[in-house]
Amino acid sequence: MLAESAPLRFRDPQIEMAHGAGGKASRKLVEGLFAPLLFGPARGPLGDAAQVNVDGTAVAITTDSFVVSPLRFPGGSIGELAVNGTVNDLAVSGARAEALVVTFVLEAGLSTAVLEAEVRAMAKAARVAGVRIAAGDTKVVEHGKADKMYVTTTGIGRFLPGVVLDPRSVHPGDKILLSGPIGDHGITILLARGELDLEADLRSDTRSVFPLVESLIAAAGPGIRWMRDPTRGGAATSLNELARDCALGMVLFEDRIPVRDPVRGACELLGLDPLHIANEGQFLAVVSPGHADAALSALRLAPGGHEARIIGEVREEPSGTVLVTTRYGGGRIVDMLVGDPLPRIC
Amino acid sequence: MKFVDEFREPELISKTAEEIRRLAGRERHYRMMEVCGGHTHAIYRFGLKDILPENIELIHGPGCPVCVLPMGRIDDALAIAQRPDIIFAAFGDMMRVPGTQGSPLEHKARGLDVRIVYSPSDALKLARLNPGKHVMFFAIGFETTAPSTALTMMRAKTEGIRNFSVFCNHVNIIPAIRAILDSPDMRLDAFIGPGHVSTVIGCRPYEWIAQNEHKPIVVSGFEPLDMLQSIVMLLRQLREGKARVENQYKRVVPWEGNRAALKAMAEVFQVRPYFEWRGLGFISQSALRVNERYADWDAEQLFEVPGIRVTDPKAAQCGEVLKGVLKPHQCKLFGRECTPEHPVGALMVSSEGSCAAYHNYEHRKTAMVSLASIA
Amino acid sequence: MCLAIPGRIVEISAENPESALVDVVGVRRKIDLGLLQADKPAPGDWVLIHVGFAMSKISEQDAADQMSTLRVLGEIEGAMQEAQGYGLEDLN
Repeated sequence: MLAESAPLRFRDPQIEMAHGAGGKASRKLVEGLFAPLLFGPARGPLGDAAQVNVDGTAVAITTDSFVVSPLRFPGGSIGELAVNGTVNDLAVSGARAEALVVTFVLEAGLSTAVLEAEVRAMAKAARVAGVRIAAGDTKVVEHGKADKMYVTTTGIGRFLPGVVLDPRSVHPGDKILLSGPIGDHGITILLARGELDLEADLRSDTRSVFPLVESLIAAAGPGIRWMRDPTRGGAATSLNELARDCALGMVLFEDRIPVRDPVRGACELLGLDPLHIANEGQFLAVVSPGHADAALSALRLAPGGHEARIIGEVREEPSGTVLVTTRYGGGRIVDMLVGDPLPRIC
Repeated sequence: MKFVDEFREPELISKTAEEIRRLAGRERHYRMMEVCGGHTHAIYRFGLKDILPENIELIHGPGCPVCVLPMGRIDDALAIAQRPDIIFAAFGDMMRVPGTQGSPLEHKARGLDVRIVYSPSDALKLARLNPGKHVMFFAIGFETTAPSTALTMMRAKTEGIRNFSVFCNHVNIIPAIRAILDSPDMRLDAFIGPGHVSTVIGCRPYEWIAQNEHKPIVVSGFEPLDMLQSIVMLLRQLREGKARVENQYKRVVPWEGNRAALKAMAEVFQVRPYFEWRGLGFISQSALRVNERYADWDAEQLFEVPGIRVTDPKAAQCGEVLKGVLKPHQCKLFGRECTPEHPVGALMVSSEGSCAAYHNYEHRKTAMVSLASIA
Repeated sequence: MCLAIPGRIVEISAENPESALVDVVGVRRKIDLGLLQADKPAPGDWVLIHVGFAMSKISEQDAADQMSTLRVLGEIEGAMQEAQGYGLEDLN
């Protein structure tokens, strides 16, 4: 049966906000509508970037769109996110970003000064990341039809030698590494929106993780099974996806997960779990036990990697599940959220 | 975090769990209900069931103000909010609770002005900042939260802010506990009492549980050591054949409660003769409404309330799960028609509702993970 | 109904004594002290915060007492078990 004629598994009658939040609903949309119709039946597990063969050379390609409010926040702006986000998607697929193309959808009435600031931010982020912005496109829509500006970047890159990433190669005993503290970006955005009246000395962690990935590959290349940058939906979502793709259990040790104090404070106040909060400058890696120590050392010695930790390990059970354990023997399952994390009072 | 981390100290937790195992012995089966949804959440968040012995069964009570809210009340409030000048403000907890026409978040996606607030005072602030609009605050919560709503309304009155009102769904905990104890299919040995409600109402209101019903009740904090210590205290009472009210959460709960908070509630609210609790039916004297002095800030007085009543599908066994008679997975709809993505009953929507907690935390623990072996 | 967090009072507002700035490991928010007017907290005091209102002052003494009680838990039992190990009860 051809993919086009098979009935869709995605049954929701309309698209809701939850479908864009990076959690369960997003996954259902991708797997139930986009993947069968666009990617063809022979695709493997969905990763951040795809591999395309051009004249016998494997090229990595990926795309991402950036919709954030407010546009500017401590630590960055939509411009940095647009560059770093795509560079990072390529990096965690084992590729060095070579070039980006960018699309702007601008709302009529947007101040030129605001646009200029973002474009300058993108140029700077691209310089820092060592990637070329090769081309672009712009559309302007009526006032009210876009929230100031939407940015999409598409990136191509060259795969680094010596690394083959496949969730199916993950085995019990593999170690789960995290490059640094989680939750900085999402909480910064939440606070920057101003609705909750919270203040903290916190910045988005947006940055290119490629240099760290490159160090990791150099030190432990053959042992790296899988990498992911945990953006929307947080580390919990990325690890749940892996757990399902390889039908194994991801067991995390709660006291080894790095979280900055203000992120912790905000999460406790609002009833949120740092594992569900978006990050824009961190990545997860699953590494074979024989390479894990070398991998961790390499990360910690690299600039910006000093807070890297081994936060858990892969086990046979509970399969398909992320389990967080405490030192006193308690455990809790951390699922993907349905939509965005919401503050609670109960 | 001070006053948090100490009560999560792993060694002390292990030690207290050992004491529980020693006290619980092997012969007797203990059924303890934690009334408050916050305790339900804490049990799952800290994995406390993993360290309790098998013969201690924790039963989740109805203390989840989102879970017991009838769908019709959400429909009523959203109907009022259709007016173009209304800003609908509510806690995050409410945002995904489905009404018959969708949840507040879904209404927001369709263009309704819906805002998430952390505090009722933030809702009042919205009213100050938007003089051309009317902010209707959808108030939920037990006695922990009601005083804050009351104080906010008192401030609105003092400042003469007229574009602010409250759609009041505050409920009282004691009638809920009574309903549990009156239920013929209930077999409970003891109660873990709601810690934060008690900062307002104190410990006296629970005395009838000990004296008339002969069940021990320990007012408990929410950190792992708080809950475990409370279980120790309950086991000691049960072994001695005693039934008393005890206060484990002394650092925060005054025996006499908070008079200023009770005064604020009396100033603004009055008790409704009866109120419908989802899953439990109509309970008399169990909820609050805004009184006459504050009629100008009562959304139910200012606006036409359709008075929508929605009955849950017969197959949904929210009531029995709320009362602790059934475990979540024993409801026919659990995990099939009713999931966190497509909740039928509110017990599946609220993060502290027993069904959601069970589905997310317990249901998929397929194998016994040897947690003791984890370093 | 139950999410309440301890926070430290950083400063009381000069314009409004019922408003204070509170700190929770580096996160700051204005909270309402209106429910604690009978026992006004001062900067440095710890309060329990729920929906932006201070519900109660946190007693450091009671917290310390609780920790002591917990630490002793099982020690009496442990001492008894040790004594039994020496066979001392046979002397009675």
